[in-house]
Amino acid sequence: MLSFVAQRVLKGVIVLLAIVVLNFFLIRLAPGDPAVVMAGEAGASDQVFVKQLREKFGLDKPLPEQLFIYVKGVVSLDLGFSFRQQAPVAKLIGERLPATLLLTLTAFAISLMLGILFGTFAARFAGTFLDTAITVFALIFYAMPIFWVALMGILLFSVTMDWLPSFGYETVGANLTGLSHAVDVAKHLIMPAMTLGLFFMATYTRMTRASMLEVKRLDFVKTARAKGLSDAVIQRRHVLRNALLPVVTLAGVHSGTLIGGAVITETVFAWPGIGRLMYDALLQRDYNLLLGVFVICSAMVLIFNLITDLVYRLVDPRIEFAS
Amino acid sequence: MPKRVLLGLLLACGLAAPALAQEPKTGGVVNAVIQPEPPGLMLAQVQNGPTQMVSGNIFEGLLRYSPKLEPLPELAESWSVSEDAKTYTFKLKKGVTWHDGKPFTAADVLFSMEMLKQTHARARTNLAQVDKIETPDDYTVVFTLKQPFGPFLGIFEVGSMPIVPKHLYEGTDWKTNPYNNAPVGTGPFMFKEWQKGSFIRLVKNPNYHEKGKPYLDEIYWQIIPDAAARSVAYETGKVDVLPGGSVENFDVPRLSKLKDTCVTGAGWEFFSPLAWLWLNNRQGPLADKRVRQAIMYAVDRDFAKDVIWNGLGKVATGPSASTIKYYTDDVKKYPYDPAKAKALLKEAGYKGEKIRLLPLAYGETWQRWGEAVKQNLMDVGMNIETIATDVAGGNQKIGDWDYDIAFTYLYQYGDPALGVGRNYISSNIAKGQVFNNVEGYSNPEIDKLFADGAVATPDSKRKELYEKAQKILVEDVPVAWMLELQFPTITRCKVKNLITTGIGVNDGFKDAWLDK
Repeated sequence: MLSFVAQRVLKGVIVLLAIVVLNFFLIRLAPGDPAVVMAGEAGASDQVFVKQLREKFGLDKPLPEQLFIYVKGVVSLDLGFSFRQQAPVAKLIGERLPATLLLTLTAFAISLMLGILFGTFAARFAGTFLDTAITVFALIFYAMPIFWVALMGILLFSVTMDWLPSFGYETVGANLTGLSHAVDVAKHLIMPAMTLGLFFMATYTRMTRASMLEVKRLDFVKTARAKGLSDAVIQRRHVLRNALLPVVTLAGVHSGTLIGGAVITETVFAWPGIGRLMYDALLQRDYNLLLGVFVICSAMVLIFNLITDLVYRLVDPRIEFAS
Repeated sequence: MPKRVLLGLLLACGLAAPALAQEPKTGGVVNAVIQPEPPGLMLAQVQNGPTQMVSGNIFEGLLRYSPKLEPLPELAESWSVSEDAKTYTFKLKKGVTWHDGKPFTAADVLFSMEMLKQTHARARTNLAQVDKIETPDDYTVVFTLKQPFGPFLGIFEVGSMPIVPKHLYEGTDWKTNPYNNAPVGTGPFMFKEWQKGSFIRLVKNPNYHEKGKPYLDEIYWQIIPDAAARSVAYETGKVDVLPGGSVENFDVPRLSKLKDTCVTGAGWEFFSPLAWLWLNNRQGPLADKRVRQAIMYAVDRDFAKDVIWNGLGKVATGPSASTIKYYTDDVKKYPYDPAKAKALLKEAGYKGEKIRLLPLAYGETWQRWGEAVKQNLMDVGMNIETIATDVAGGNQKIGDWDYDIAFTYLYQYGDPALGVGRNYISSNIAKGQVFNNVEGYSNPEIDKLFADGAVATPDSKRKELYEKAQKILVEDVPVAWMLELQFPTITRCKVKNLITTGIGVNDGFKDAWLDK
């Protein structure tokens, strides 16, 4: 297994470098120049000022040289300097990453747990009212755009009922510590995590349901029944476990989409994570910061995918790691 | 502050007469929205709007300006101008200390000017008029100009000319100086904490040089990136101040009806944001003056003011906003007159050639305005295609002259020499730059009028020159002037005296107090 992991990590690094190069050119293909954006914000745009900014950021150098400098930096784990925020990119991302991880992992956990739970129920009671109800519930959240669910959530739970805070990571100025701080953060986390999680939950519900119905028809389930196992044991140990493989695959694929969803969720709920950092960096053409966020997100997706492969093995011991 | 100014301010702010009788109360915390998150707080190095809004509390300038743009003392307690209008002497306030306790002196002013020449595009242009700066003693600064420069007394507010501490910056690499992240100024509030993506916290400066001020204990600047979420934050009582431009205009009427809510359009007199349509004078139908004039007649600017901007602001009459010096409305008028627009287009031989319109990507309000203008122009028979971009993409297109019509708004900084001439003089035509003369208008007479206007004395002479320039420009329509904008500041009514100068919320909260 170790050699499998090592091989995957090596492949991952190559993929990551390819992503860096591709993104480097992709960003520069978009119209807009960070120096002009910054000059614009300063309300002044004379030749000297823009030239000064371009020199400061190294944008006056030929593109291949800029790429070489950047890749050299990334290889030595230096993500460069943010033009606009005048701070090292790694520091800026480091400040924001924990909030994004908290949000995405919570949303991921919510979506997987609820999705598998609802999917199992729907499959168990296939064709009944409960099945239809779960399907409709799941489809509603799947069909609604994340930003709309977020705004409706704010309207209902913050404005109308005043149960949950509408924005931020914690109550600003409350200076809470310990358990009360954790509770405060959790209260702020509920709406963004649910908004993000419910969308993905819908997919897992549908996937679990379909997959379980398919597995249920297989011969080994009949054998299990013939052996006299209880229905609960069959469902849990035989059907669910075998039905989970496609769900795990999907969850691995979703790791990237989840970060994409976090951009919207973090913006609407003013959640101080890297999704928002990425959005701001994009609008301001803050090339280094944007590339830095891409590198971290790509690395996260690669790590998630590696974990997915390892989980396959846990779910289905028949799968072996080829090295 | 002179009484008449105060009275004018209160009336301008729409405050009721009993407010005059109220004594400021001390204490309390104000939560305000800041949008977008500033890239940094070192005002001498970063000059965007949000930076000034926060750092206007931390740093100070030599002067402030009343809503009528008369200079008011801040770090300078008095000033005088020589007979030949070339020497300006500022007497600095004594007993002022930096937030770290070190005394503020003329050496700081001298050092700041050196730094600003390198880091602040606008300050550098303004200081180019200065021949030398001398500090005969610790509390006197003398600027000697190369030639008289009319707007000189108007360039010293905190955003244009922030004074920075020499003892913390001299001999260091300014760009990486650690105090950029924890700025030290002389202002009424001190920097305390910045949680990136969440909030910036400022606390009262207990040693502030104006006795008794500031009244507030703390200010929290909350960072909420979504406009709808900012409205909700106000509605649910989480923030008390929505500075101009922080919520979409269509939310303003709803929010202003909330209990204990006050709305004002005051505090923009110094900046005088003027919105217009860049018209590319170089190519196609817009090269013809009659087509440009037709656009002025075709666009219903009252509709934009009343519907899109909720009645705030004023229809522009020409290149100068009515709030800045030497403004005149004695110019050619362009009322909404589609019939006249059609006639002019016909006369110019316009045959339905496609014209590209770039709205401003500053959110829904600007998007809607873009649609309204498109409709107006199509109504008179123009063939308009809207091009959607984000701000950076739009700036590039405009800078590269790759547009026909484009929305913009720019600050005018109180004087035509500072914020008007730059958009019309031919020496400011430079490809790849935005906010200069991107329309490509070139008129030697206008070049001369603006060049002479900046240095002419006395004031009456400047007035004459600028009035003439306005008349010529309005006749030529190099760009289509739309509205003098007023961004509404929405506050809880318990927040008193928030806006006391022509610089508005960008001038710091030193006069503000909470009526608890």
